[in-house]
Amino acid sequence: MSITVWVPADSAARSVGADRVAQRIAEVAAARGQAITIRRNGSRGLFWLEPLVEVETAEGRIGYGPVKPADVEGLFDAGFLNGGAHGLCIGRPEAHPFLARQTRLTFERCGIIDPVDLDGYRAHGGLAGLERAVAMPAAEIVKEVTESGLRGRGGAGFPTGIKWKTVLDAEGPQKYIVCNADEGDSGTFADRMIMEGDPFVLIEGMAIAGLATGATKGYVYTRSEYPDAARVMSRAIEVARAAGVLGHSVLGSGHAFDMEVRIGAGAYVCGEETSLLNSMEGKRAVVRAKPPLPALKGFLGRPTVVNNVISLASVPVIMARGAAFYRDFGMGRSRGTIPIQIAGNVRHGGLFETAFGLTLGEIVEEIGGGTLTGRPVKAVQVGGPLGAYFPPSLFSTPFDYEAFAAKDGLVGHAGVVVFDDTADMLEQARFAFEFCAVESCGKCTPCRIGAVRGAETIDRIARGIEPEKNRAVVADLCQTMKFGSLCALGGFTPYPVMSAMTHFSEDFSRPPVREAAE
Amino acid sequence: MRNDAGRTEERLIDIVNGWIAREAPLLPILNEVQASFGYMPENAAAVIGRELNLSRAEVHGVISFYHDFRKEPAGRHVLKVCRAEACQSVGGREMAEHLKRLLGLDWHETAADGSVTLEPVYCLGLCACAPAAMLDGEMIGRIDEQVAAEIVREVRT
Repeated sequence: MSITVWVPADSAARSVGADRVAQRIAEVAAARGQAITIRRNGSRGLFWLEPLVEVETAEGRIGYGPVKPADVEGLFDAGFLNGGAHGLCIGRPEAHPFLARQTRLTFERCGIIDPVDLDGYRAHGGLAGLERAVAMPAAEIVKEVTESGLRGRGGAGFPTGIKWKTVLDAEGPQKYIVCNADEGDSGTFADRMIMEGDPFVLIEGMAIAGLATGATKGYVYTRSEYPDAARVMSRAIEVARAAGVLGHSVLGSGHAFDMEVRIGAGAYVCGEETSLLNSMEGKRAVVRAKPPLPALKGFLGRPTVVNNVISLASVPVIMARGAAFYRDFGMGRSRGTIPIQIAGNVRHGGLFETAFGLTLGEIVEEIGGGTLTGRPVKAVQVGGPLGAYFPPSLFSTPFDYEAFAAKDGLVGHAGVVVFDDTADMLEQARFAFEFCAVESCGKCTPCRIGAVRGAETIDRIARGIEPEKNRAVVADLCQTMKFGSLCALGGFTPYPVMSAMTHFSEDFSRPPVREAAE
Repeated sequence: MRNDAGRTEERLIDIVNGWIAREAPLLPILNEVQASFGYMPENAAAVIGRELNLSRAEVHGVISFYHDFRKEPAGRHVLKVCRAEACQSVGGREMAEHLKRLLGLDWHETAADGSVTLEPVYCLGLCACAPAAMLDGEMIGRIDEQVAAEIVREVRT
């Protein structure tokens, strides 16, 4: 009997050799006359163990990782096809502490199924949400999503149901669902993992959004830096269309919904929804002033839902299991689960989906296992390049939109990047300005020019030139950027800068450099 | 016999025709032109503008906005090295400098022999397998000195 071996095709797994491992397994199996079937899954999100190979045995799947091509002969010798003992064996992945501690709702199937196998998706509970939704009036679907407490997972945290209601109530010849998959924040990869590992859950979420608002056309706008995600997503859309999940009559309901993938061309600012809409329309991706809200005048000036991948991919489980089930997870006004992405200088980097409320310290120290280098943690940047740097003294902050805002930070898209004590926070603050200067769309003067002046001023502080005066200039500049920019790029760049200056002031007091005398 | 500009125009029109019936076709058209030619031909803005009933200035404005669109062809290989924070936290700055030294290139430069172009990129979504880079669309994670040497060997051949 042929034994099934799973090797992830997630781009992070591929980046560390998953394709070579799959090929080597096929070669060795052939040489040994062993009948195996290699299938490609997404990633479970335990990236320090990638490539994580799993074998289907009588006891369930048994995992081995991180596997290098040179390990493959040894795995066969150890009888890994029957779950044999080996130094790389992690046992059943579900029992691994990193996974066992999680609450996987949105990522329930990610890393388990073949991403473009619709039967596998259905067998693991997929389409139950859409099946329920097709039998409901639009307003009831919106009510369910509103009651679940789901808030935008892209970073802004706006209640998804309220956005949907605005679009449902809007008049227009054509409405759209636009999925913001322009995941450009460093430290984040949740959107990528879903698109590569379980694209049907996003398709299902978008189809439900279409039914709920009367939109019949959807777009997934993703980045050119995510070629694998775009390819898998497009393939899954074809499969869904052929199976009648998409098309003129979604699951035979008589309601039409179809969708396609659009790819950006290298511009971070397109993650901002109005800039994304301009980009999709084939314009320069400059930010639009709001109002009008995209919900009323979005893509091509028509009513448009713009939601992040994770927001939309969380809708199927809400519809399948009910608003109350989802709402019961979490704390305060942050309901449900959040896929925290633990990255950077950390031992156990990966995707950790859990109810809101864990403290930052638990995430970094207990789950992440501290730094990869073994040195003390100096700072943790939460929420991408526009998120604040937190010192260990703020590790008691619970993962919750309001709690982070109260500490002058943000949850954002829930990326957590760990830095050890070799990090120079002045360099990090400078980089925040530099990045803003590179990626500014140019519309708002405080962002376009302030970012350049900010980097120059930090350089003066680095050379010890009038540090006190120049720190005041930076603070003043940040104030102007924060209140004088239309979008989060200019408006939030002050978060990393000010948090670095506030919590790590020692890095901003430099002795004068001799040649810097003016 | 048609000249080069004529052939270029024909290819541009073919690409436009593949998308023109779709909603908001300009960005996918530009992406396909970049992928097909490896750069934006000089007459791209004029030809595409004419076909889509846009001004040349409007199309030029869009082309000049995005990092991906090149005025000139890149090298045979394109190496994009991540400069973003997660990579920085595990020595990404030093690794980028190391690769620059090995290749003898600064950001946005192409080797004199046309073998490789070096570009910065801000996040490839490989943040738990950093430092990371993308070589000709293929992802490379956990770059150490050995992997860096392999990258350089590959682009030189």
